[in-house]
Amino acid sequence: MPPSIKEIEKTACQIRKEIVKMTNKAQSGHPGGSLSAIDIVACLFMAEMKHDPKNPGWEERDRFVLSKGHASPALYGILAFEGYFPKEELMTFRQLGSRLQGHPEKLMLPGVEITTGSLGQGLSVANGMALGLKLRGLGGRVYCLIGDGEMQEGQVWEAIQSAGHRGTDNLCAILDRNRLQIDGKVEDIKKEEPIVEKLAAFGWNAIRIDGHDYRAILEALKAARETKGKPTFIVADTVKGKGVSFMENNVDFHGKAATDEECRKALEELDGRLEMIEKGN
Amino acid sequence: MASKGTRDAYGKTLLELGRDDKRIVALDADLSSSTRTVLFAKAFPERFFNAGVAEADMIGTAAGLASVGLIPFASTFAVFGTGRCYDQIRQAVCISQSNVKIVVTHGGITVGEDGATHQMIEDVSLMSGLPNMRVIVPADAHQAEAAVRLAARTDGPFFIRLSREKFPVIYEENPKFELGKADILREGKDLTFVAMGLMVSNCLEASEILSKEGIEAEVINCASVKPIDKQTLVASAKKTGIIVTAEEHSVIGGLGSQVLSAISEECPVPLKTLGIEDRFGLSGKPGELVKYFELDPESIARKAKEFLGGKKR
Ligand SMILES: Cc1ncc(C[n+]2csc(CCOP(=O)(O)OP(=O)(O)O)c2C)c(N)n1
Ligand SMILES: [Mg+2]
Repeated sequence: MPPSIKEIEKTACQIRKEIVKMTNKAQSGHPGGSLSAIDIVACLFMAEMKHDPKNPGWEERDRFVLSKGHASPALYGILAFEGYFPKEELMTFRQLGSRLQGHPEKLMLPGVEITTGSLGQGLSVANGMALGLKLRGLGGRVYCLIGDGEMQEGQVWEAIQSAGHRGTDNLCAILDRNRLQIDGKVEDIKKEEPIVEKLAAFGWNAIRIDGHDYRAILEALKAARETKGKPTFIVADTVKGKGVSFMENNVDFHGKAATDEECRKALEELDGRLEMIEKGN
Repeated sequence: MASKGTRDAYGKTLLELGRDDKRIVALDADLSSSTRTVLFAKAFPERFFNAGVAEADMIGTAAGLASVGLIPFASTFAVFGTGRCYDQIRQAVCISQSNVKIVVTHGGITVGEDGATHQMIEDVSLMSGLPNMRVIVPADAHQAEAAVRLAARTDGPFFIRLSREKFPVIYEENPKFELGKADILREGKDLTFVAMGLMVSNCLEASEILSKEGIEAEVINCASVKPIDKQTLVASAKKTGIIVTAEEHSVIGGLGSQVLSAISEECPVPLKTLGIEDRFGLSGKPGELVKYFELDPESIARKAKEFLGGKKR
């Protein structure tokens, strides 16, 4: 039984709390881009991907590549909630000796398919995984989450060309289109629109959705799965810092943790949200 | 000891250079507040180019700007400003002898919590291997300023490696800084420390510890890693007969390797390289990591003493 939308929403909200807490505890890390991505990541791991936390090396599994590796709190959060490792470990994030490195490291933690952190490399790796899974007849699908600032890396476009040309249809890339990077608004630094048209021109099945609408995310993932002969790119319009009022659309919280006072406020807001979800709102 | 940020010194100096010389232009790759090029960007928006998250594009653009007579300073973190665009630096900057100044911040393990992917410990090795490249790793903020000014007025490619952490201040303001000239900061007869960057002050501290035990260490700041000051190094090797190098970098291909090859013909004395031993970094607080990798003054003193004991006495 796939989980209900309500369950996904609840878990995503609980992970939002963890994202705020773990970055606060570490006094470093990237809350903004983790909060914008968590709804997508939660949908993938909870409802779309074929994977087994008890057997992370299962060959037939679907793969997830977090190309924007700085959103590691989102990945660590879902991995913990899915049972890859104990939730208590989340609070060791970024500390000396922790498996939860600042950026996700393949050799450290089960569930991390490839080390990321230097932007722009994930989609090429996802391409290789998708090609290899086909070649070996394993049947797995590959998902790759990319940042909209990250899209400025040339390598991303090399990979887009490769998969478009090959028609790698077991591949689905997702753009976390939160419109902010570090130095400001993406559109001020390098115009990204019309992004759907660009991706389509490169041979992709490009879909645009609201990246915080669980139903839309699940439908887009299903459409991707059913699309043959082309890779799918889901352009997910998101809000950086989503779920914490003072972090939303605030470029300062790209790579800055909440203070203790801010953390308390954020948790209060998220607890309020959780209550509303419980009440079925 | 007071401490100051080498990247803060860079931001301030670049701004001043930009005021005095219209040929100075700056580029960044979406990290302008961290690298401090933001000060220049705000003052001279028409002479600032943000490549976004596109380091290879940034380096190529810098080479193009240089080719038409401008003096570009291109900045990002050490890992992205070297590894991510190595071939662009090789071809468009070094083979072409372009007047491009690559000034990176966040070198080494003191990047801290970001972990291995962001802790660049191979950059000095990568950049030193490139013909025509000059490689500078300043020991404090004042020397960083002097190095940036030297790069601005000296034609050709430069690589200057700065840090996220503030460094103890060693030099007075506006120190003399010459390419290919190392500074003897402390004279000694028993052992020579050769260091770059943060390790210079750690070696100075280590030499105080050793002094209490009757060991007088010479401390050489080898900020100009390339060209290297062979003369000063050889003279010190002749004097003390033993060298310990210290660097916040891999021991393969960095300062230690280069000091070794600088002395090996004329005065091959026993030499121990302290640095990161053929492995990647990891997350942790900067200070914790310096201790973890045994690059703190106490560890440096202990290792130097062990090495000395084994070799000389
Ligand atoms: C190659 C590379 N260059 C620079 C950085 C530093 N950096 C980390 S996050 C970031 C901005 C990314 O923006 P975006 O992709 O929009 O991420 P999001 O908004 O989803 O957090 C940059 C420049 C990096 N990690 N990798
Ligand atoms: Mg973004």
